[in-house]
Amino acid sequence: MLSRTGVATCENIESILPPKERLQKGPVAVIECFQQIPCNPCYSSCPRNAIKPFDDINDLPVLDYESCNGCGTCIHNCPGLAIFVVDETYTEEEALVKLPYEYTPLPKVGDLVEALDREGKKVGQAQVVKVQNAKGQDRTPVLWVSVSKHLSQQVRNIGMEG
Amino acid sequence: MRIEDHPILTYPRRRLVTFTFDGQEMTGYEGEPIAAALHDAGVRVLRESPKLHRPRGFYCAIGNCSSCLMRVDGKPNVRVCVEELKEGMTVETQKGKGDLLAEL
Amino acid sequence: MLSYEIAVIGGGPAGLCAAISAAAAGASVALIEKDRHLGGQLVKQTHMFFGSKAQFASTRGIDIADILSRQCEELKNITVLLGATVLGYYDDQVLTIEQDNKVQRVKADCLVVATGASEKVLPFPNNDLPGIYGAGAVQTLMNVYGVKPADRVLMVGAGNIGLIVSYQLLQAHVKVAGIIEAAKHIGGYLVHASKIRRAGVPIMTGYTIKKAYGERKVEGAIVWQLDDRWQPIPGTELDIPVDAVCLAVGLTPMGELLWQAGCQMIYVPQLGGHVPFRKATLETTVPGIYVAGDVAGVEEASSAMVEGRLAGLAAARRLGYHNADWENKYQDALQQLMALRSGPVGEKICSGLKCVVV
Repeated sequence: MLSRTGVATCENIESILPPKERLQKGPVAVIECFQQIPCNPCYSSCPRNAIKPFDDINDLPVLDYESCNGCGTCIHNCPGLAIFVVDETYTEEEALVKLPYEYTPLPKVGDLVEALDREGKKVGQAQVVKVQNAKGQDRTPVLWVSVSKHLSQQVRNIGMEG
Repeated sequence: MRIEDHPILTYPRRRLVTFTFDGQEMTGYEGEPIAAALHDAGVRVLRESPKLHRPRGFYCAIGNCSSCLMRVDGKPNVRVCVEELKEGMTVETQKGKGDLLAEL
Repeated sequence: MLSYEIAVIGGGPAGLCAAISAAAAGASVALIEKDRHLGGQLVKQTHMFFGSKAQFASTRGIDIADILSRQCEELKNITVLLGATVLGYYDDQVLTIEQDNKVQRVKADCLVVATGASEKVLPFPNNDLPGIYGAGAVQTLMNVYGVKPADRVLMVGAGNIGLIVSYQLLQAHVKVAGIIEAAKHIGGYLVHASKIRRAGVPIMTGYTIKKAYGERKVEGAIVWQLDDRWQPIPGTELDIPVDAVCLAVGLTPMGELLWQAGCQMIYVPQLGGHVPFRKATLETTVPGIYVAGDVAGVEEASSAMVEGRLAGLAAARRLGYHNADWENKYQDALQQLMALRSGPVGEKICSGLKCVVV
C-alpha cells in the first residue's frame, strides 16, 4: 500500500496509465500523483493545456491523453518529481522513458546505466539517449533513457553504480 | 568532509583561516560556524555534560538547543553552531558548567 | 531608543512576508532576525515548493529566500536588523534586543511575532551521543555550509522533513540506511516518499528506535517494530550500523515571547504544541500583537508566507493604513490560506485552528 511503503501499487498505476491505444501513438505523460496535496504547477505549466483545470488546488491532476504530446515540460515543473514521459513507439524493441534526475554526476549520452524500478531495484539496463538540462529547467535535469519495451512502465530511475 | 559536487547548490566560501581546537591546529572557512569547521575536520565531541561527563555534539545547528556549548577564546558557553569562525580563534572542549564570572 | 510602527520578529518566510506587506501598505517596519541573513529555514530548502504560483510553487526554497529578501531591501520603510536576538518584551511596548554583544531597545506600536518552531527530540537510550542530530541541523550543515554530515544515516520520522532531508542527503552523496516511522503510514507527501524509494532507500513504517550505541559517537542504532498499540515487539530488533541518526519527529512552536507578553496560550497537538489564541486577522489576545507562521501552529512554509502577508496587512490596518487595495490583498490572502488547507492534508491544521481562532 502506497501510504505504508511509498511505492505505487499496480492498482495505483493502472488508475493513471494512458490507454494502450494512446501509448501506441507516441510519447505521453504518466503522472504518478496519487495523493491530494495543495499543488498545481503541472496544470499551470502545461503548454498544451492537457491537464484539466483544477477546481480546487488539492485536486489530483487529470490528463487529457489526446492533447498531451509528451513534451515533458511538466516533468521539471512538478515539485514532487512525480511525472514521467513514456514513448512506446521509440523502436521496435525499446521504449523511451523521460525521467527527472537531480543527482551528480549526470550520465552522458550513450552511457549504459542500471534501469531501476519504483523500489530502486535493478530490473535491466538502460541507455542514455539525451540529457536535458536547460536553464529553464532550474536544475532539474531530465534524462531520456531507452529500455526494453516490457519495462516501460517499471523503470523510473537509473543507477550509475553498475 | 566538504561537499564539492552538488546537483542544486554551489557554496560561496571565504578565505581559509587557521584556528586551534584543544591546542591542535585546524583550518576552516572564515565566517562559517565554528561547528561546521570542526565537523569537517572530523570533530564530533564538542563538550562534556556537567554531571555525568557524557560526550555531547551539536543537535539543532541553528542556535536553539545549547548542545554545542564550547570555550572560545577563553569564553565559556559559546554556541559554536552559530558563532562565526575567525582567524586565530582558540576553541576548546567545554567541561562542566562554564562560569562566566570566574573566567573573566 | 529606536522607534518603529511595526516590529516583525523573525526573518523567515512568515516574517519576511509580514514585513513586506506591512511596509507596502505604508507602515514603518523593523524586521529583526537573530541570524546574520534573512530567509529563516528557507535558506536550506533546495527542493521545489508545492502550492500555486501565488506561493512560488515550482520555485526552490533557497530562491524564494532570495526573492523575498530582495523585495524587503527594495522597500525603504523596512529596517532590517541582522544578528539581533530579541531578549524580552515589556509593557510599554519596548523590545530589548542583543546585537553584537550590545543590548538596545526598540519601541514598536505593533508586533508581528514570527519566531518559527524548533525541532523536537525523542527519548531513547544514548540519544545524547554525538551523531544524533535534528534533521534540520543536518540540512543546515550540508546545504548552507557544504559540510558532509555523515557517511551513513538512519532517519527517524517519515513526515515531510524526514523525507525531504533523506533525499537531500542522497544528493550530497550520503547513504541513507533507511527511514523508520512509528506510525503505520507515511506522514509526509507520498511523492517525496516515492522519490526516495526509487533511489533504493527503504521506509519502515511501524518501527521506532530502541537505542543508539557507540563509544564517544554514534556507531549504530537498534530499531524495533511497534504493535497496533504502539508497544515495541521484543524479538523484532534490527541492528543498523550508521554514523548518524537524524531525528525528524516534528516541530514545536517557539512561543516564548508570546508567553512573556501575556498572550493567552493553549496546547493544541495538531498545531505542534502551545500556540496563542488569535482572531482571523492573526491578532493574539494582547491587542497589537500578531502571529504568523510556525509559531502560530506548525504547518508548511507556503501557508507561513500567506499568514505573514495577512498579519502584516492586519497590523498596518490597525495603525490606519487602509485603502481599497488593502481590502483586495487581505481577501486574497484569506482565500489562499483557505485553499491551501482545504484538502485532506489540511484537515489536521483545520481541526487545530478550530481550537484557537476566536
